[in-house]
Order: sequence, then structure tokens, then C-alpha cells
Amino acid sequence: MLDSKIPAGPLEKKWEDYKGHVKLVNPANKRKLEVIVVGTGLAGASAAAALGELGYQVKAYCFQDSPRRAHSIAAQGGINAAKNYQNDGDSVFRLFYDTIKGGDYRAREANVHRLAEVSVNIIDQCVAQGVPFAREYGGLLNNRSFGGTQVKRTFYAAGQTGQQLLIGAYQALERQVALGNVKMYSRHEMLELVVIDGKARGIICRNLVTGELERHFGHAVLLCSGGYGNVFYLSTNAMGSNVTAAWKAHKKGAFFGNPCFTQIHPTCIPVTGDHQSKLTLMSESLRNDGRIWVPKKKDDNRRANDIPEDERDYYLERRYPAFGNLVPRDVASRAAKERCDAGYGVGTTKQAVYLDFKYNLINKYGRAEANKQGITNPDQETLIRLGKEVVKEEYGNLFDMYEKITGENPYEVPMRIYPAVHYTMGGLWVDYELMTSVKGLYALGECNFSDHGANRLGASALMQGLADGYFVIPYTLGNYLADDIATKPIPTTHEAFEAAEKSVRERIDTLMNIKGKQSVESFHKRLGKIMWNKCGMARNEQGLKEAIVEIQELKKEFWQDVRIPGEVGEMNPELDKANRVADFIELGELMCRDALERAESCGGHFREESQTEEGEALRHDDRFMFVSAWEYKGDSDWNLNKEELKYEMIKPTQRNYK
Amino acid sequence: MEHYNMNLTLKVWKQKNKDTRGSFETFHVKDISSEMSFLEMFDVLNEQLIEEGKEPIAFDHDCREGICGMCSMYINGRPHGPWHGTTTCQLHMRAFKDGDTIVVEPWRANAFPVLKDLMVDRDAFDRIIQAGGFISVNTGNAQDGNSIPIEKEKADQAFAAAACIGCGACVAACKNSSAMLFVSAKVSHLALLPQGDPEKKTRVLNMIAQMDKEGFGACTNTGACEAVCPKEISLDNIARLNKEYLSAAAVIDK
Repeated sequence: MLDSKIPAGPLEKKWEDYKGHVKLVNPANKRKLEVIVVGTGLAGASAAAALGELGYQVKAYCFQDSPRRAHSIAAQGGINAAKNYQNDGDSVFRLFYDTIKGGDYRAREANVHRLAEVSVNIIDQCVAQGVPFAREYGGLLNNRSFGGTQVKRTFYAAGQTGQQLLIGAYQALERQVALGNVKMYSRHEMLELVVIDGKARGIICRNLVTGELERHFGHAVLLCSGGYGNVFYLSTNAMGSNVTAAWKAHKKGAFFGNPCFTQIHPTCIPVTGDHQSKLTLMSESLRNDGRIWVPKKKDDNRRANDIPEDERDYYLERRYPAFGNLVPRDVASRAAKERCDAGYGVGTTKQAVYLDFKYNLINKYGRAEANKQGITNPDQETLIRLGKEVVKEEYGNLFDMYEKITGENPYEVPMRIYPAVHYTMGGLWVDYELMTSVKGLYALGECNFSDHGANRLGASALMQGLADGYFVIPYTLGNYLADDIATKPIPTTHEAFEAAEKSVRERIDTLMNIKGKQSVESFHKRLGKIMWNKCGMARNEQGLKEAIVEIQELKKEFWQDVRIPGEVGEMNPELDKANRVADFIELGELMCRDALERAESCGGHFREESQTEEGEALRHDDRFMFVSAWEYKGDSDWNLNKEELKYEMIKPTQRNYK
Repeated sequence: MEHYNMNLTLKVWKQKNKDTRGSFETFHVKDISSEMSFLEMFDVLNEQLIEEGKEPIAFDHDCREGICGMCSMYINGRPHGPWHGTTTCQLHMRAFKDGDTIVVEPWRANAFPVLKDLMVDRDAFDRIIQAGGFISVNTGNAQDGNSIPIEKEKADQAFAAAACIGCGACVAACKNSSAMLFVSAKVSHLALLPQGDPEKKTRVLNMIAQMDKEGFGACTNTGACEAVCPKEISLDNIARLNKEYLSAAAVIDK
């Protein structure tokens, strides 16, 4: 069993006690300590900024041309915090409870409680930085509601919350760059971790402009490199999002936690054809006001607006009257798949359901506006006009984006949506201090596994990224570095750096010398198809076993037949992609193994063999109340370590949103 | 939505690196679906080039949902192409018809050197932010988020300015390669909020000084920047910046 180093004492006192007793590094010593931060999304930018402010010498790395591009920027709907500004019964405990329950009782209580505690500080910090959250006319902050909760605790900035939070963190980061506390390396990609005497001491990265390999030393290394949803090829992730930094760390001894826990987001724009390069999310916040339905009749080819009210099946409201359209993501996704598989899907591919705003546009917003303006007995047209104005303010950018992509106007016709890969709850295993199983190597944000169990609630990813970066790592890192103040920077001529760089160089040379026939992209697409069909929204033993064999064959073929044009010593996006896809292929195999091992359903992991009579996910707490932490042993060879999950505060039950 | 396929001729800027001269090359693509995005059309072209044993065209892109600001193609003489308020990645092939010839160039500005083909170096934007595009608040000492009410109208205006994605289309569109729209969006965002007030004078002066140092041109109020901005950042921000600059310059002795 793994030691997660959870502090003793009552749950609600653990973090406070920890902070009160943790070892400190004095300001003079902080200046002598170098910290490497890989990735500059919400977790990385906030960590780099916060550590720079404390006086550490920080080096931050991103593969994009600027830290402001990291994919946190694309988060739309909002960020949760237990502020209870709405007086609707929210509290730290409620946020903690909702998150544990939403995660289907596969998250660690102590981490989640800490997350709920610091959530309130995040909002304060962001407001102080000038993040322009939505406000009421009185000048105070506004909230909206999200899936899996019955309170309004989500702070937002139209449909661009991630952008505004990231710009806040980016500006804090650039301020530290200007002050000389952070050195920024953009267009750099980490390709190896350097471990010396069992401790993470640096990285090897490729300068993506010149193609040169560089060695960088750090007293500690923080991976904030995001999730691995792109293993499915099609996902809502950015094109460059990848697992490479985390995978290199995994192969150097960091355990991989719950790799099979993938979030399939219910409301994305459906696939149109083989040319598709990525999928676009339509924010969960739309489920506040959109009603999801399919026709009651199979293969109904009428246009959506021609189908009368009583011939529509609002299946979420029917199946889950208490939460309705706001059930958690895993539940909503499976319900959409169930309807489409049963033949009720809509659109040309029949792999879509409707998300319809008309009802709330008229009855909620239109009527409220009419009342406000004193219009008695407004006609339908007036209600639509008034409602449209409000909806535009709330979701304008999302509606525009939908129209650009599909050519349809969602104010007039319902959106067509289908589930798509969105987030990975799994990630590098970390202890309470966010340290991986390699000393001095930390994982923050989506890169780690710790807070969302088997399913993440909406608006919680932004919360976790910033919690880890602004409020957790500044304390826990000091606890480790306090014992390292006498360690002088290790010269990068050290043999461990030599060896690490050599292995990277050899791998790149091998890749370039294959000179095969098939493009990197074609391998990535094939991997994605295997993963989506056999390790996607529903999984079973036979399919997973087949997938493992297919992936092993794909891997062999990749290393024999991939074609990478261009040279090593120059900018070469195909080579960068090949490095990433090679790692995705290995990860895909591990995900299938993990999904096979976990013969239960929980959250986003749905094993067809394990479901209730009503088709809900059926957990087996007696056998699977643990975190799977996979230890890399060699090619296609892993050892399973387990961290037992102990629930002191909450009693796990069958999740019920009915 | 009706969809159709098309054959296209592409004239694309190819350049090996910063130090070499570039030139246009002509390519042909077939059976492009009107449902594809512009970048997916480039994916098809690149796969075709790899198949033929040639080097694919390098271009910047990441989120492909119009928010990261990385994509940056100058299409038929207009940054991000023909659609109003749209990034290159959100431009869809419905905008074109069978037989069209499309000319694609990188952003052209002294402050944005070409790295390869259609990729440019926009580090200058980061350095402008470093000069003052922030509020100096350390982590952990913020007061309650609701302790300072902010007029909804001002908050909304600040948000509209903060929606800038830093793509650089404004610079590419400007005959002077001015970065005024970019700088003014940040100055406005922070000047409109009470949190940004204490530093507003030094901020505007330092950011403008850095802009000049990077080699961006001056603003002559032509408005080409606003016309092409994918996030529809308003010229009003430039007016606000000028006001902020004048009042700061009048009282600060630098």
C-alpha cells in the first residue's frame, strides 16, 4: 500500500494544522533554490508566479509561443467556490461533499476538503488581479449553476472564464519575469526527466525553434503539463496537448494513477467526417438553460422545430427528475449514448441529440424581461426577442462559435450535440503534498490524479489548477526544499544529464531514421479509433483485451513505418508530433490495462459487465475502493500498486440524482 | 446545412527560417469539404505533402476553437481571412467556392520576424505585458471578492477589452504595424477596474515605451485593426489609452 502522507487529525483541521507545522525556507535561502515548472496553464502559471513572488528562482517552460496560449484558456463555463454569496445553502462542506459524490467515491477525502477550503481564496485572488468576472447591477459578483450540484456557486466571465483566469495568472507570471524571479522558456518541450540520487534534479528539453537539446537544472521539478485526452485523437483538447512530460516522468519512476478515468463531456459539437481534427465543447453552463431531448419516435426525420412538444422525449428530465438537465457529466453522456444506440439519435449521422434553448428563452428570460419592462400579455414574438437579448449576453460567444462551425443558428434551431473526450481525471499519482513517487517531482492540476475521483464536476478543473498553484504548492514545496538548502546547483555536465540527453538524442535519431511510409497523423488517428471504440464511453473485458493487442501491434508498426520529413536541427512540427504520439501509444495500452483491471463501473469508467438494473454505474467498494498506481517496469510491463481510500467523513452510497 | 466539395489552388508563403528569404509556392488540393475548417484544409494539404515525400507547411495553431490566439494566417490580404470576428481556426471552408485561388501569408511586421513558413515570433507582445500589463498583487493577501463593488457597465467594458487573445492580427492589418489596439485593450481592461487604479499612470507609460522599443509603428487611427480583430476589440480602447497616456504624461516626470 502507498503512503499518501495525509496529516493526522480531523478532516476540517488537516490543512490548517499542516500549514501551521510545515517546514519553512527563509527568504535568503529561497533565492538560492531553483524550481522548474513545466507547462504554463492555470496550474503552471499560478505556481510559477506564486513561487517567484516568494523569491524562488523559477524556470518555466511551455511548448506554445507564449504562456498565455495554454489550453486552460479554452475553459468556458466557470470556476466553483464555496462563497455562498447566493444565500442558497452552500458551504465548504457542501462543495467537498458534491465533489466526492460527483467523483463516485474514488477521490481522496483530505485533498478534496483542502480544495474546497481554498476555493474561496481563489476568487478573492483573481478579483484582486483584475479578472473581470460577471457582476450584478449592484456591482457584486454573479453566479450560475453547474452539473451535479443544487446550489449556484459557479463564478464566470461569459463563456470565457478559463481565458480570463489564465490571463490573470499569465499577467502575474509576466510580472515575475519582469522582476527577474522567473525565466520563461516558450517553444520548449520537455523530453526527459533527470534523476540524481533518487531525486528529480532537472529536465532535458528541445528548443522547438532551433531543434537543439538543452539541459536545465532545478532543485525540484513541477509538472503542470495538463491531461492526456488527445490519446483519443479527437477530443476537446488543444492540438498540442500531450502526455509526454508526464510519461517521461512515469518511465523514470513516477506512478500513474487511475489512467483509465476519462471524462466524456456530454455537450460537444458532433463529428462531421474523417477530416475532423478536434471537437469543440459547448459549455456545460448551457445545460442551465438548454433542455436536452430526442424524438419519441425512432428514426424521426422531421426537422427539430416541426416535432411537436408531446412527441419529444426530454430523457434527462424523465430519468432524473431531481437534477434534470443538470446531472453530472458521466451520467448525461451515457444517457445520450443510450438514446442514440437505441435508434433515437438525430442529424445525418444519428449520433447526436438536441440541446434546445427555446423553452427558457421564452419562458424564463423573455417573460422576466417582459415583466421588468411592464409589458402585459406579451406575444410569442416579443418574448423571443426579449429572451434572445439576455441569452446573447450570457452565452453569445458560444452561440456564435456554434454557428461558425455548423452553419446553423442556435437561436432558431436547437443545437445538435454529442459526448466527446474532454478531461482526464487520471494522472501522475501524488501524495497530499502533490509529490509524485519520485522525490522532488511534483504534479499539479490536470496532470495529477488527485481530486476528482472517477468523474470531475463542471467548473472544478479551473478551481483545482489554481488551488494547486496559488495555495498548495507554495507550502508543500517549502517542506521539501527546507532540507535542500545546502545543495548547490548541480552542473549540467553531471553524468545523469549526459545520459538523459543521450537517450533523447538516440530516440530522435531512431525516429528520423525510420523513413517509413505512413504519417504521424495517420497513426494517431488509428490509435484514437481503438481507444474510442474499446476504451471509451463503455468498456468490456473482451474489447479491452483486443485493444491491448491492437495497440501493441500499432506500436510495432509505428516504429517500423512512420515517416517524418525535415531535419533534426531545425523547427520540425512533425518530429514534435511523432515524439508525442509515440508516448500516447504506450499510454493507451496502460489505460486499457487499468480499465481491464478495474472490473467495476464508477463515474466515467463504465464497465458494461457492472451496471444496475436501470443501467447506472455499479461500483464494487469491497474490491475496488483504491487508487490504482501503476509502476513502470519496462516495455509493456507494469506493476500495480494500490492506495486504499478511507472515507472518514462521507459514507459512500450508490449515487442518486433521481 | 448544405455541404459541397471543392478543388482549390493555394499560394502559400514558404520560408526555411529567420535568416533565409522566402517565396510563394503553389499547391493544389482536391475534394475539400465545405464543412472543414480552414486549418483542417491545411491538414489535408500537409498529409498530401508528406505522402509525396515533401516537407509540410509549418503554421501555428493550438486550441482550434478561437481562443488561444496562436493561429495567424494572412488570407487573401486579410488577417484571419474573410469572415468578420473570426480566427483562422474558426474560418470554415463554406467561405470559399470550387475553383478559388487562396493566397496565404504569415503576419508581416518588423516586430514579428518569420520563424518558418507561416509561423512568426510574437515574443514582443509578452515583453509589452511584462512592462506593465498586470496588477501588482502577490498571492495570498487579497480581500474578499465582494468587498469592492464594481459598476456592471465598467466590469462589462473591462471584460470586452480583456477578451483580446493576443494573436497579432491588429498589427498585421495595420499599414504602420502598430500594436496600439493590443496595448490599449490591456490598458483599458486594467484602468477600468478599481484594482488597476494605483498603477494606471506607470502602466500606460511603460507599456507604450516598450511598444516603441519593440519596433511597432505609430497609430494613425485608420481602424484596420478593429475591422479584422477576431474578438472585435473596439477602437474606443485606443481613445481611452490616449486619454490615460496624456493624463499620465502630464503629471509624471520621466
